[in-house]
Amino acid sequence: MTHDFPALGLILLFPLLGVIFNIFFGQRCGRRVVNFIAPAAIFLAFAAALAAFATLLGMPRGAALGFDLWPWIEAGRFHFDIAFRFDALSGVMVLVVTGVGALIHLYSDGYMGEDEDYARFFAYMNLFAFAMLILVLANNLLLMFVGWEGVGLCSYLLIAFWYDNAEFAYNGRKAFIVNRVGDAGFVLGILTLISALASSGIWTLTFTEMAKHRETLAPVATLAGSLLFLGATGKSAQIPLYVWLPDAMVGPTPVSALIHAATMVTAGVYMVARLNFLYALSSQAMTIVATVGAVTAIFSATIAIVQPDIKRVLAYSTISQIGYMMLGVGVGAFASGIFHLMTHAFFKSLLFLGAGSVIHALDGEQDMNHMGGLKRTMPVTWVTMLVAGLAISGIPPFAGFFSKDAILASTYASGHIWLWAVGVVTAGLTAFYMFRLLFLTFHGASRIDASKRGHVHESPAVMTVPLVILALCCLIGGWIGLPDGILWGDAFGRFLMPICPTLKLTPAATLARGSLSPAVLSAIAFGLAVSGIALAWSFYVMTPGLPARLARNLSPLYRMLLRKYYIDEIYNTLVSRPLFWLSQVVLFRGVDSAIIDGAVDGTGLGVEASGEGLRRIATGNVQHYALAYLAGVLAIAGYYVYLVHRH
Amino acid sequence: MPLTLLIFVPLLGAAAVLLQSEERSVWISAFIFSLIPLGWSLYLLAVFDPHASGYQFVEHFPWIPQFGISYHLGIDGISLFLILLTTILISLSLLYSGGGDIESRPREFCFLMLLLESALLGTFLALDLFLFYVFWEAMLVPMYFLIGIWGHGRKIYATFKFVLFTMLGSLLMLIAIIYVARAARGSLGYVTFDLPELYKIRLSATEARWLFAGFAIAFAIKVPLWPLHTWLPDAHTEAPTAGSVLLAGVMLKAGAYGFIRFAIPLFPAVAVEAIPVFMALGVIGIIYGALVAMVQPDLKRLIAYSSVSHLGFVTLGIFAFDTQGLEGAIYQMLNHGVSTGALFLLVGMLYLRRHTREIIEFGGLWSSVPIYASVFMVMMLSSIGLPGLNGFVGEFLILLGTYFSRKVAVYGAVTGLILGALYMMWAYERVMWGPLTKAANVTIADLDKREIAVMLPLVGLVLFMGLYPRPLLNRMQPSIDALLVRVKDAQAEVQREQVVASSGFLPESAGATVTADVRGSK
Repeated sequence: MTHDFPALGLILLFPLLGVIFNIFFGQRCGRRVVNFIAPAAIFLAFAAALAAFATLLGMPRGAALGFDLWPWIEAGRFHFDIAFRFDALSGVMVLVVTGVGALIHLYSDGYMGEDEDYARFFAYMNLFAFAMLILVLANNLLLMFVGWEGVGLCSYLLIAFWYDNAEFAYNGRKAFIVNRVGDAGFVLGILTLISALASSGIWTLTFTEMAKHRETLAPVATLAGSLLFLGATGKSAQIPLYVWLPDAMVGPTPVSALIHAATMVTAGVYMVARLNFLYALSSQAMTIVATVGAVTAIFSATIAIVQPDIKRVLAYSTISQIGYMMLGVGVGAFASGIFHLMTHAFFKSLLFLGAGSVIHALDGEQDMNHMGGLKRTMPVTWVTMLVAGLAISGIPPFAGFFSKDAILASTYASGHIWLWAVGVVTAGLTAFYMFRLLFLTFHGASRIDASKRGHVHESPAVMTVPLVILALCCLIGGWIGLPDGILWGDAFGRFLMPICPTLKLTPAATLARGSLSPAVLSAIAFGLAVSGIALAWSFYVMTPGLPARLARNLSPLYRMLLRKYYIDEIYNTLVSRPLFWLSQVVLFRGVDSAIIDGAVDGTGLGVEASGEGLRRIATGNVQHYALAYLAGVLAIAGYYVYLVHRH
Repeated sequence: MPLTLLIFVPLLGAAAVLLQSEERSVWISAFIFSLIPLGWSLYLLAVFDPHASGYQFVEHFPWIPQFGISYHLGIDGISLFLILLTTILISLSLLYSGGGDIESRPREFCFLMLLLESALLGTFLALDLFLFYVFWEAMLVPMYFLIGIWGHGRKIYATFKFVLFTMLGSLLMLIAIIYVARAARGSLGYVTFDLPELYKIRLSATEARWLFAGFAIAFAIKVPLWPLHTWLPDAHTEAPTAGSVLLAGVMLKAGAYGFIRFAIPLFPAVAVEAIPVFMALGVIGIIYGALVAMVQPDLKRLIAYSSVSHLGFVTLGIFAFDTQGLEGAIYQMLNHGVSTGALFLLVGMLYLRRHTREIIEFGGLWSSVPIYASVFMVMMLSSIGLPGLNGFVGEFLILLGTYFSRKVAVYGAVTGLILGALYMMWAYERVMWGPLTKAANVTIADLDKREIAVMLPLVGLVLFMGLYPRPLLNRMQPSIDALLVRVKDAQAEVQREQVVASSGFLPESAGATVTADVRGSK
C-alpha cells in the first residue's frame, strides 16, 4: 500500500537548503536575498507537498507515499530507519505546516524588516520547518522524536532570539526544560512500546508495523499511552506542563504564530492521532487525554479573560484550543481533532499575525490598555482579525464552528457529558475573551501613548496579504468538514478515516438516557458563543468602566486569574528552589566537599587539604614524586613477579 | 606489525620532538607524528573485517616466557573506535595547543603528549594482562607531568589527588592480575598473563569475587563511578586544555573499557551478581553528577562534573549485559570523547582570551563571538543528547538495553535527560546570552582559522555519528555478542550449580537475567 515516491524528499530538501544558505551565506548576501530565499524555500516545499497530495488523492483510499533514506540505528535485531510516509494524516499536516508556514515566512519579511539579525532569524525559521516536517513525515516513532525535539530546539532558539535580553533568554530555556520533562516521558513511552513489540518478535517501530501488531501492545497501552501523552503535555502546552507557552510570547511574533500557535504546539495532538490504534486499546489512556484536554481548555480560558497583554491572551487561548483538540482525540474523534488543528492553524496564526501587525504599528506596545480605536487606521488588520475572532468563537459559517462542533458532538456522543459541558462553557468563555481582545484593540477611544499616536499605520502589503489569505481560509476552510447529511458532509473525516478511524466509545448507559440531537447541541454552543460576544460588547464597548469596577469588587478572584493561579510560583517553590538547594548545599558542599573529599584528604593518604601546606611540601618537586611513585610501583610489581616465579 | 606501529610511531615522534630546537618545528613535527597513527588507524578501520568477532591484526610474541608474559596485541569491535578516538583527539589537541595555549616548554609538552598517545593506544591494544598493566600505569606518568607543569590553580593538589586515587586502584588491580596469573597454574598447568588463555581458568566463587573487586575498583576510579569521582573535577579543571581533553576524552574510557575487556569476561558470574550495585552507582552518578554540575561557578568544573553524569550512562549500558546496552555504552564513550573533548577545547579557547573561567565573568558573548557561540551550541546539544546528533544514539541504546532487565534504573536514568539539559543550557545562557555588560568581553576575538580547523572535524563527527551510526554499530556488534555469549554461559553454569545445590529447585531470580542478555542478539 505504500508507494515509493522519492519526490517526498523535496519537501524536506528545500527547507534544509534554506537553513544551510541562511547560516553560511545569509549575512553576506544581504537582506533582500534572504528575504527572497527563506520564504521561497517554504513555498517550494508547499508546492512539492501539493504535488504529493495530488498524487495521493489519485490513489485508492488509505494508500500512502513512502520515501526511505537510510538505516539509522541498528543494534541487535532492532532497526530504526530514516524513512518517511505521506498519507492522509501526514498529508494534511504537511500542507498546514508548509502552507501556513510559507505565509508566515512572507509576513516575516515585513515584520523583521528592521532587525539586524535577519539571517539568523530565517535560518532558525527554515530549520523549524525542516524539523516539523520530519516530525509529521516520519514513518516511525523514533524518527518522529527527532523532529519532536528538533522543533523544541527551534522554539528555544527563537524564543530567545533577542538573546541579549536576560528574561527572553530565560524564557527560551524554560521552554526547553519543561519540554524535556515531557520528553523524558516520551522516551519511556517509546521504550515501553519497543519492549512490548520485541517480546513478540517485532524489531522496529514503524507506525504500520505497530498498527498491524496492535494486539501485542494491549498490555502496555495504558502505560505507553500515558507516558507519551506526558510528552504531549509538554509540547502541546497542556496541564501540567503548559507553563512555558505564555512565556514563549517574548519571541518575535511570527514565531508565536507559526511555532507557538499553528504548528509545533499541535504536535501532541498529531502524535495521539497518529497512534490512534494504541490509544484505542486503552480507555484509561483515552480518558486521561480527554480529561486533561477539557480541564486545560477551561482553565486557561479563564486566565485569558483578564490578561492585559494581547499576545498572552492569545497564548492562553492557544492552550485552551489545544485542550479542545485533545478532548476530540481523547473521545476517539481523531479526525475531528485534526480538523480543529487545521482550522485553528488558520485562525490562530491569523490572530497572532494580526496582533503582530498592531504591535508593529505601535512600536512594540503589547498592553491592550494602551490600544483602542485602531479600526480606522488599520482596517485590513481589523477586518481580518474579526474574521478570525468569529472563527475561533464558533460562529457559522466560519471554520472554527464546524471543527469545534464536531468535537463537542463527539464528546457528547461518547458519553462524557461532563466533559461536553466543560467544552460548551469554554466556548462561551472563548467568545468573550476573544471579543474583549478585539474590542479593546480596535474599538472605543484610543488609549495609545501620545508619543506613538502620530505614526500609527496599516502594515505593508507583505504583511497584510498573508492576513487576507488566512482570513479567506478562516471563512471557507471549515467547509470541507460539514456535519453529515449537509451537502457533501464530512469530506475531511472520510478522507482521514482509513488512517485514523473514529472510535465509538458510547457506553450503553448513555444511549439509554435519551440524548439531545446534534442540532440542539450546536444551538447550545452557538447560543453561549453569542452570549459571550454580547457580554464582551456590553463590558468593553457599552460601559468601558465596568470591567475595572468588577475587578475591584472581585479583587481576590481577579488577582488570582491575573497571576495565573500562581502556578509558576508554586512550581518554583516546590521544584526549582528545592532542587537547587539540594544540589548546592547537600550534594556539592555536603557530600562532595565535606564527606567524600573530607575523607580522602583526612585518611592518611598524605594529602593535605590546605593549599598552603601542600605548596610548601610539593613546589618544584614534581619529578621527585613521580620517581618515588614509579619506583614504588616497580618494586611492588617486581615483588609479585618474584612470588609467581618462586611458586 | 600493524599495531606495534601504532604504539611506536608516537614514541619515535617523542624522540624526534626532543631533537627540535625551534618552537615552530617542535609543534609541526609533533603534529605530523600524531597524524601518522591517525592515518594508520583510519587505514585499519578500512580493512577491519566488520563480521569477525575475534581479535584482528593480532601480534603475539613471547616477552618474559618464564612468567607467561607475552607481547600480545589485537583489535576487535570494542577497541577499534576507542583507538580512532585517541588518535583523533591527540592530533586535534596538538593542533590546538600550538596556537598559544601552551607557552612554556613546548618541546617537553609535545614529548609528553606523544608518550601519552603511545600509552593510551597500548592500553586499548594490549591482550596480555601484564602488558596492559604496564601501559595502564604508563599513561599516568605523562598526564602527571602535563597537569603538574602546565596546569592552573591548585594543580599540585589536583595532581596528587589524581595520582593517589588512581594508584590505589592500580595496586589492587596489580595484586588481582598476579593472583589470576598464578591461578592459571592450577587450571592450565602454567602461569600466564594472556587474556584469551585466562578465559579458560576456573576459580572458586570467593576467589572470583575478590579478584573482580580488585579490577573493578581500579576501573571504577578511572571511569569514575560515584563516590570515587572526586579526583576528576580537580584534575580536569586544573589540567591544561589538552590534558583535560585527553583525560575526559580518552582516559576515562580506559576505565569503562577495562570493565568490558577484563573485569567482565574474566569473572562473568561475579559481574552478573554485581549488576544491582553498578546499576545503582550508574543512576546515582547520572543524577548526582548533573546536579552538582549545575551549581558549579567555574565553567570548566561544570563540564568536568558532567562527565560523572555521562559516564553513569556508560556504566548502565555495560551492566545491562545485552547487545543494545553494550553498543550504547561504547557509543556513548565515543560521544563523550567527542563532545566533552570539544567542550574542554572551547573552554580553553575562552580562557585563553579572558584568563578566567568563572561563569559570572561572562554574559552576552554571542554578540562578540558568534561563531564560537554557535560551535558551543552544537557541542552542548550533542552533550545533552538531542536526537539527530551523536549523544542521542548512545543514550537511547543504553536506555533500551537497560530497559529489558532493569526498568527501575531506566526510570531513574531518564531524569538525566532533563537535568543534563538544565545544567548545560543554564550555563550556556549565562555565558552566551543576556546583556554584554563587561568591557573585556566586548573586544574578544572570534575563533581563528586554526581553532576552526580544530573544531570542524568534531562538529562533523557529531553530525555523522548522530545520523549514520550504522557503520560503527555494525562493527561493534560481533565482538559484543561474543562477550555476551561468554557472560551467558557463565550465568548458565552458576545456575546449574545453584540448581544442584538447592536440590532440584529452580532459583527464583536467575531466570530473568539469563533471558535478558540474549534478547536482540542476531
